Amino acid sequence: MALLEVSEVTVRFGGNVALDDVHLGAEPGIVTGLIGPNGAGKTTLFNVITGLLPPNVGKVTIDGRNVNRLSPTKRARCGMARTFQRLELFSLLSVRENIRVAADVHKGWARDGSNPAEVVEEIIERVGLTAVADARVDSLPTGQCRLVELGRCLATKPKVMLLDEPASGQSEAETVIFAELLQSLAAGGMAVVLVEHDVALVMNVCARVNVLDFGRIIASGTPSEIQNDQAVLSAYLGTGS
Amino acid sequence: MDKFLTFTIVGLSLAAIYAVIASGLVLTFTTTGIFNFAHGAAGMLAAFTYWQLRFEWGWPVPVCLVLILGVMAPLFGVLLEVVVMRGLRGTTDTVKLVVSISLLLFMIGLAQLIWPPGVSRPMSKFFQTSTPINLGPTTITWHQAITIMVAIVAAIGLRLVLTRFRFGIAMRAAVDDPSLSALNGARPNRISMLAWALGTALAALGGILIAPNVTLDAPSLSLLIVSAYAAAIFGRLRSLPLTFLGAIVLGLTEGYLTGYLPQNQYLPGLRIASPALLLFLVLLVLPNPRLRGRMTRSREFFPMPSIRGTLVFGGVVIVGGVVLATTLSTPDQLTYGRLFPIGIIALSLVPLVGFAGQISLCQLSFAGIGGLVMAHLGHGGDPVALIWAVLISAAVGALIALPALRLSGIYLALGTAAFATILDRWIFTLPKFSVFGWFNVDLFTQGSINVDPLTAFGKTFNSAASQIVIGAIFFALVAFLVVMIRRGRLGRRLIAMKDSEAACATLGMNLFGTKLLVFSISAGIAGLGGALYAMQLTSIQSGNFDLVNSLQVFALSVVGGIGAVGGALFAGISLYVVLPVIGVLFPTVVRWVGLLPGATGIGLGRDPNGAVSQMRDGFAPLAGSPSSLLVMTLTLAALYGIRLIDAIDNWTFVGGLVIVPLVASVIATVSAASKERMLAQLEDAPDRTPMEWIGIDRPWTTEDLATLDLALGTSELELHGPA
Ligand SMILES: Nc1ncnc2c1ncn2[C@@H]1O[C@H](COP(=O)(O)OP(=O)(O)OP(=O)(O)O)[C@@H](O)[C@H]1O
Ligand SMILES: [Mg+2]
Repeated sequence: MALLEVSEVTVRFGGNVALDDVHLGAEPGIVTGLIGPNGAGKTTLFNVITGLLPPNVGKVTIDGRNVNRLSPTKRARCGMARTFQRLELFSLLSVRENIRVAADVHKGWARDGSNPAEVVEEIIERVGLTAVADARVDSLPTGQCRLVELGRCLATKPKVMLLDEPASGQSEAETVIFAELLQSLAAGGMAVVLVEHDVALVMNVCARVNVLDFGRIIASGTPSEIQNDQAVLSAYLGTGS
Repeated sequence: MDKFLTFTIVGLSLAAIYAVIASGLVLTFTTTGIFNFAHGAAGMLAAFTYWQLRFEWGWPVPVCLVLILGVMAPLFGVLLEVVVMRGLRGTTDTVKLVVSISLLLFMIGLAQLIWPPGVSRPMSKFFQTSTPINLGPTTITWHQAITIMVAIVAAIGLRLVLTRFRFGIAMRAAVDDPSLSALNGARPNRISMLAWALGTALAALGGILIAPNVTLDAPSLSLLIVSAYAAAIFGRLRSLPLTFLGAIVLGLTEGYLTGYLPQNQYLPGLRIASPALLLFLVLLVLPNPRLRGRMTRSREFFPMPSIRGTLVFGGVVIVGGVVLATTLSTPDQLTYGRLFPIGIIALSLVPLVGFAGQISLCQLSFAGIGGLVMAHLGHGGDPVALIWAVLISAAVGALIALPALRLSGIYLALGTAAFATILDRWIFTLPKFSVFGWFNVDLFTQGSINVDPLTAFGKTFNSAASQIVIGAIFFALVAFLVVMIRRGRLGRRLIAMKDSEAACATLGMNLFGTKLLVFSISAGIAGLGGALYAMQLTSIQSGNFDLVNSLQVFALSVVGGIGAVGGALFAGISLYVVLPVIGVLFPTVVRWVGLLPGATGIGLGRDPNGAVSQMRDGFAPLAGSPSSLLVMTLTLAALYGIRLIDAIDNWTFVGGLVIVPLVASVIATVSAASKERMLAQLEDAPDRTPMEWIGIDRPWTTEDLATLDLALGTSELELHGPA
């Protein structure tokens, strides 16, 4: 069984079926891709997994433990962390303070003897925000804001990390560095789920890729399988024929 | 059975009034997204106006009604919309709340200006002298019958307007999506003007109907009508049918309580407080909302306070207290001295509202609890009672956090206002009672209770002067505590929670515990302020701690700047220094002073950073210029010395206190500016072509494209697909 396991998830908004019997698994040590056109339901799936949105039907387990009845807070403490496509940064705080909030929260319940201040400095270094560590996040460009959200996740020492379009707003040079960062994080034993429109990035870093279209998983497999999948080509890239 | 029917009718006629008022509220809320706290006050003004026309000048009833309901109230509504409400689109909940609360205060001030309180203004009911209509087992008075009919007509009329008439349909469309309905050709400005006209007329109608049942008193009438808001909450402020249902539940409850409540001295208050109690309960059982992400992007910015700055601030406050204590006469000390305890109560809002983004309109209630604890446990001025005052208020504050776990914004504001009302109208009016036979509680013995001055270190601080200094010291200490909270782990956590509860939860933060903690801390601080306030007053009564007082402190703290301790000092100074001083300086306008807190809130409530931050910016050059600072301090000290030997009087002294810092700051600004100009001439200005002029002023480069992509969060790939 995968570390994160989503099964039979269905979400309806009124008559609109945003997710339809979705299954998804994420293994530690690799980056799992989740791609799909706009409105396919990727963000909605993340909301279900993290507990922000109760699904109509479906089950989410982490490490074999069913978390369906747990609040977002409790799920986070099971080792889940996420970033937000629309950025949910603490805009009145500096970069360092943003990450520090997460580190303090983690220390508060985990009591793992770590020193939050040191944890924060390590993370800032690792995601490459040293130069702007004291800037208010309001003043940063989107690409860097996304790194702050990533850093905030890392400070909670998650087992599973859900990233919602983390590279949008990054320059090409930044994306190259970011790809390396993702792979090194996964190599550290984390399960990373990556939602991204940058197909090149996804194909580059992901060991497995799932394709969502109109709320259904229409394909999953290795990047090369996906790139040659007819259904994917026609539905997602609009170039199949 | 007869009795049951009689009180059913009593209940239904109340229900009718609540329904009329609440439906007006729903109308304005749904069309413009502003919860109008002053809605009830509009009804109150209408009731007074009706009294004036009908009973003072003896005009015929139809003329009065047409004039008020058909002309004055709608015009007033339009005026409110155009002058005040229109500017509030896209602002945060707190700003909207402050402006409408200030409006409420302003309208109460206005009513008290035109119709000075303390005069009996009887109003008879409609057809008071006609015999009641016989319904067999019981009778119904004409006034009751008319009231119920009016509500039915209003219900049918509203339904027709909203479903049949063009502008009504447009109103409903505006509710669903304002920008979309604008695209469809509806004119949002006209629609909201109409909604406000209609809503205000409904408030006026309710006010005129309810006024004969109660005494015509501006604050209590305005807030009595708050009870009607409970009905609107039944419909979650959106649904008119549910609002009418809520009104019936409220009205009948109150009616039956009147009829069937056992006759003892404990329960009449319960009946009066029952709408607030129901409001509180309904808020508790409202379905759990989803966790909020970021809402309106606020423009607020409260810089991290430095420890040094805070120490200086605290020092200045204490020196200020000493100066007040040594230069003022005793009566003046009693007046102006309140600035510190009230300032402490305002400080209690800083962590709660400023940092955590929670709203509380019942801080004076916590202060009242602190004051009562001091009165009951602080015999002989026992300082331990201060600790009890903090602890007990904090415990009650934790209770209030319970609804806060589920509510935010306007709902939380209403919940806390309801709590304040329950205390005002019921708990604080209770006579002596015993708690399960364990011990006796006698809150405000004879309507007022004496408080002993603090005794510590073998000394009793009973002079007004010593109370001022104590107040100043406590203010400085609490301000320092608040700053330490801001600088520490808790402060970051609170600010994070204000920005995005959703993000906090997904990081594993315990929102429940965090809110509980901040409400307790805030209530504890307010309790301390209340205890000190009580000692200064020497004798307290429930009126010292009522909702209107809480609203004033809330509004002025936000005007001052709710995210910084300076804002709290601003609130204290405005209420207990500036207002009295204006009254003394300009005796002719003294009656107008009541309008000032409200007017200030309406005018300045929109700046999320507050007046203090602007003042701080103004004085910034001074802080950067040690020489000017030194000269200023010495001049002020000299001034104080001259005042102490009575060479100058207080007015000259105060004038000096105001003028010297201003002059010093002007000098510092001028010298800083000239220095800057010199520096600027030395450097070459870098290329700062504004984005929209690139390609016009100078050629477009790929670098510009990259900048643009970065700013917009787009990329070549996303725009044009993979190559
Ligand atoms: N709160 C909501 N209420 C109603 N419908 C919603 C809500 N949230 C999402 N939807 C709908 O669910 C569908 C899936 O949306 P979702 O945001 O999950 O897509 P996405 O794959 O993340 O798209 P994108 O690539 O644009 O981020 C869309 O049709 C959207 O309109
Ligand atoms: Mg999305």
